[in-house]
Amino acid sequence: MSLNARSLALHLGLVAVLFALCFLLPTYHQGNLARIMVLATYAVGYNVLFGYTGLLSLGHAMFFAAGMYGLGLAMQLGGLSPVPAFAVGLLSAAALSAIVALLALRTIGVAFMIVTLMFSQAAFLTALYFGAWTGGDEGFVIAQASRQIAGYDLTNPTVRYLAALAVFSVALLMTGRMMQASFGHVLIGVRENEERTQMLGYDVYRHKLLAVIISGTLSGAAGAAYALLFGYVGATFASVQYSIFPLLWVLLGGAGTTIGPLIGVIFMFYLIDYSSGLTSAYMLIAGVVLVLLTLYARTGLMGEVRKRWVPWLP
Amino acid sequence: MTLLETKELTRIYGGLTAVNHVGFKLPQGEVHALIGPNGAGKSTFVGMVSGRIPASSGEVWFEGRNVTDLPAHRRIRLGMAYTFQITAVYERLSLADNIALALRDRTRAQILVALDRVGLADRADQITGDLSYGHQRLLEIAMGVAQSPRLLILDEPTQGLAESEIEGFNTLIRTLAGQTTILLIEHNMSVVMALADRITVLETGEILASGTPDEIHANAAVQEAYLGTG
Repeated sequence: MSLNARSLALHLGLVAVLFALCFLLPTYHQGNLARIMVLATYAVGYNVLFGYTGLLSLGHAMFFAAGMYGLGLAMQLGGLSPVPAFAVGLLSAAALSAIVALLALRTIGVAFMIVTLMFSQAAFLTALYFGAWTGGDEGFVIAQASRQIAGYDLTNPTVRYLAALAVFSVALLMTGRMMQASFGHVLIGVRENEERTQMLGYDVYRHKLLAVIISGTLSGAAGAAYALLFGYVGATFASVQYSIFPLLWVLLGGAGTTIGPLIGVIFMFYLIDYSSGLTSAYMLIAGVVLVLLTLYARTGLMGEVRKRWVPWLP
Repeated sequence: MTLLETKELTRIYGGLTAVNHVGFKLPQGEVHALIGPNGAGKSTFVGMVSGRIPASSGEVWFEGRNVTDLPAHRRIRLGMAYTFQITAVYERLSLADNIALALRDRTRAQILVALDRVGLADRADQITGDLSYGHQRLLEIAMGVAQSPRLLILDEPTQGLAESEIEGFNTLIRTLAGQTTILLIEHNMSVVMALADRITVLETGEILASGTPDEIHANAAVQEAYLGTG
């Protein structure tokens, strides 16, 4: 089997397993996995920029929040139904990421990290400032009655799970395909050696610009899906914490691997879930595990798998 | 026909003029060596030709077109290829992936042909960073050649190569000569004498002399500045 066929088989196999789990898992874990898949979509988006292009953003929460508020406000204030509201969420994230890309890509390295962090803080404060519409810190709830698509009730656990799976699958298959195309190979070239890539005749700036927009729009899709499926929009999701999470997930799962983001979210989610059942000092346990992983699995879980056993892992 | 021409090309770093109003013409098909002591401005000059380093003033013309305002990647697409003085390959990628990016093609057969030109075809799937420095150097040259450029700029290509590898390099350049125009910065005088149709000597950012290898060898000013009298 060719490399591309193997990687497609892996991704489709993963989607099939996730589909089967919908009907096998107990309700509690089914709910968890639905949430995990939406957050993993966010991580997949983050991975496009960090894992494949080598640009470390500390401000992705603004893109997640752009999707979330885009959908939430369109439904709440605009009275739109979920599908067009989802489109508004996507467009908001795409527009914001294009603007941020144009400005932030004037910098590199640490400056890029700081500039994205600052833009994200500005977005967070904007959400608080317009509290009359956004509900500020407290946020707002999207009424259960309006969270329906074509008669399917998105608040029903099974429907919600399948909707989350659909969003995640599109993100996974899309990035999987992208990384097989020459565009993806050039992104890796930019990550590995920017100057060399430029001197092979590739427009490095244009590739970075598109990477930010794709990454930001996927993050926004996750934010919009989160609001729609879990019915809540709030400024917490625009806070710095939500910019750090995707970085952690991707590092843990394996930066620059297509399935690493999902593995990272699952790992972190259940690490906190189980350790909080053992002790109130659960962040201590989580912290120790994270330190151990950075010491002994520097390339993340899937990165180690690729290094040791499966060199073709996409 | 003139493939490359620079007019009054100048680069100033702070108070230092690295390249000073250099006018240079390179006819199509020629193998041209650029020599000169360290700090003469050779790398800066080819950096400005390729667009990697912006010119302070002056112009670069390529195939009868003023390319001074074009960014490096556009000039590469017009038919230049550039190999770095300090090896710049993708160390964490396989040799095949390196070549694929240079070729803009992932066809296995094409990749192997390109690698075979420097004798590295049997290492296609190794990680580049695991190779010896000499082999990385050869890969870099192969990436330049793989682009089928009209102008191939080589900045000290034989630095770090073993004698036997230098032989192979000379052979490779001879196979390209005629179709590909080559601008070569080189310190190894035996390589220069073996390959170059013409030689330009740079010193402190200016052209000291230009001519055939024999003329340069006989030039008293060059002898004094660079070649030594030995």
